[in-house]
Amino acid sequence: MAVQNPPVVQGSSSSLRRILLTLVRFREAGISIFILILMTAVTLRAPSFLTLNNFNDILLNISILSIVALAQTMVIITHGIDLSVSSMIGLVAMMVAFVVKQNPEMSILVVILLGMALGAVLGMFNGLIITYGNVPPIIATLGTLSIYRGLVFFYSQGTWINSFELPRGFKLLSKGTPLGLPNIVIFAIVVALIVYYFLNHTRTGRDIFAVGSNPDAAQFAGIRKQRIVFIVYLLSGLLSGLAAVLWASRFESAQTNTALGFELQTVAASVVGGVSISGGVGTVPGVLLGALLLGIIQNSLTLIRISPFWQLAAQGLLILIAVMSDKWILNSVERSKR
Amino acid sequence: MNSISASESKFAVTISDKAPSRSFLARFQRWEWMLVGLILLDVFINTRLSPFFLDARNLSRTSSDFMEIGLMMLPMVFIIITGNIDLSVASNMGMSASFMGLLHNMGVNIWVAALAGLLLGTLGGLLNGYLIARVKLPALVVTLGTYAFYRGIAYGFLGDQAARGYPEAFTYFGQGRVFGSLIPFSVVLFIIMAVIFGLILHRTTFGRYLYSIGNNENATTYSGVPVEKIKFMLYALSGFMAALAGLILAARFGSTRPDIGTGLELSVITAAVLGGIEINGGKGTMGGAVLSLLLIGLMRFGMGLLNIQGQVQGIALGMLLILSILVPSLIRSISSVGGKFDRRAVLAPVVFLLIFTLFFIFFFWSRSLVIAGG
Repeated sequence: MAVQNPPVVQGSSSSLRRILLTLVRFREAGISIFILILMTAVTLRAPSFLTLNNFNDILLNISILSIVALAQTMVIITHGIDLSVSSMIGLVAMMVAFVVKQNPEMSILVVILLGMALGAVLGMFNGLIITYGNVPPIIATLGTLSIYRGLVFFYSQGTWINSFELPRGFKLLSKGTPLGLPNIVIFAIVVALIVYYFLNHTRTGRDIFAVGSNPDAAQFAGIRKQRIVFIVYLLSGLLSGLAAVLWASRFESAQTNTALGFELQTVAASVVGGVSISGGVGTVPGVLLGALLLGIIQNSLTLIRISPFWQLAAQGLLILIAVMSDKWILNSVERSKR
Repeated sequence: MNSISASESKFAVTISDKAPSRSFLARFQRWEWMLVGLILLDVFINTRLSPFFLDARNLSRTSSDFMEIGLMMLPMVFIIITGNIDLSVASNMGMSASFMGLLHNMGVNIWVAALAGLLLGTLGGLLNGYLIARVKLPALVVTLGTYAFYRGIAYGFLGDQAARGYPEAFTYFGQGRVFGSLIPFSVVLFIIMAVIFGLILHRTTFGRYLYSIGNNENATTYSGVPVEKIKFMLYALSGFMAALAGLILAARFGSTRPDIGTGLELSVITAAVLGGIEINGGKGTMGGAVLSLLLIGLMRFGMGLLNIQGQVQGIALGMLLILSILVPSLIRSISSVGGKFDRRAVLAPVVFLLIFTLFFIFFFWSRSLVIAGG
């Protein structure tokens, strides 16, 4: 191929390839380019996209998603999956809303801790079934997906908690802006920083990658695999519990169908963000970019006036394209390495 | 000379023809018999609890509720045995049914519209197959994407409209009974399909290939089996069956809305896994899957008669799904430990039990504050 091309073209194409290669060495490059292209295209159609207000909107919308997607990422890195996050959010949001309705004077910090503790118990149950019970993660969390959702109905008898039943302080938990940005965004940033530190700079965090990329080798290296897997599901429940409190605060309600179907969005954000579904690979910035991409897609489809009925289809299509182009980039890198 | 070769061939036949005989007990230690036992237990409990359980007309009506799940379960069994998964079946079903409804609303002949729906469903399956078999993307990721994509297309087709007013000849597919008996047409269709799928899985080379792909895909590829083509075919088949189930569901309701069949993929996968199909591939029988569909159907019907909400029924079904795998593996691990106990092994369950008890005390306490107080 290269021999047949004129030398000038060959030179420019190889330098282009070198630039591409350095870019691609960071797994986040592919998705960043995709986001930039999408943003340019949307701005050409709807200039209001590139305003500070609009970005504030996008950030608000993806905060909860990124918190849960980071939890999902830790699970997927161990070659597992947690489909029950949506039901955990639904159940904890309902329980917290019940408590807050009865005790409007309760301190916000206690409410947050309560939500995280309740979520952690639910996550612990997942972890126990998967480690001690040897049930494959997809089956275990598919089961608890319907168990926890059933418990929401059982708990609330089908009633909702509406906005007027919640105290003002609780509603401000997500929307207040004492630090310039809405609190909910601050929460997401803090969680992202903690998860980043945990995954990259603590022993348990590194063990998560070890268990995911080669479970047998990890076992031989003295890592207690079951313990790591258990911790990951526990954390997933804990962060889902936090997300549940924020969810109830942001939408000022708890319904029986809160977060229904949300698990697929979290998996989508992780996978689009370069987390390998077969375990061992994934970065925090990548997942945040994945969540950002989903948020931008949702936001821009409204801005360029695509009928709301076609938005889900466009979202699905873009997820497919993102995953395919990621695979294509990886393949071409592999080929050029040879 | 002649007699030797005859006896040799006879010898060869005896080896390949007879399976090694198993003890009487071993025959009954199979998952299928466990399911039969559970079904009998369920029937026994339900006839005690409700006098309406064994009513032929009730049973006939409830049986057609599960045929769409059953029709989608058949190819799902194939797919899971090869170690893959298809999360997009229910969305594909919605897309095909909505397409048919759209064409019907535009005045196209219902049979042409139904055919077009089947075609679109198969195309949807082919797209899954292409991305999984050719582009080699993980099945979970691809079908997660098409799960949103196909459902989105269904909404795009119909929006907030519904298609209705199907001719009677068409609704017969969903509502009709065979020759004046009580057996719904869709049940007969399912039984015929299940027999065909079962024979393909257990009596053909193609069926053996599926198990072999599930056990070791690379080895199967290297032994000359067209793995790519087979996967392609499976997903196309899954798309076709999803579309067929969608048409039957539309015929049964007499109308189509774009959210038709939302969430059914979980029921389909639950039925297959509860039937003993190993989620990582390579194991399971069609008989087990059909039995578990029957068990789920009877359980849901029985709980419905007792006025238990559909969502709360999910608790029982979720438990059943988890226990079906948890119990055998716990028995295995306990019998392998063989009575050796250290203090850790006792302490940990006690701690966990305490935590879960606290959780449920809080659960009922916080609930009683609102539910009782209004």
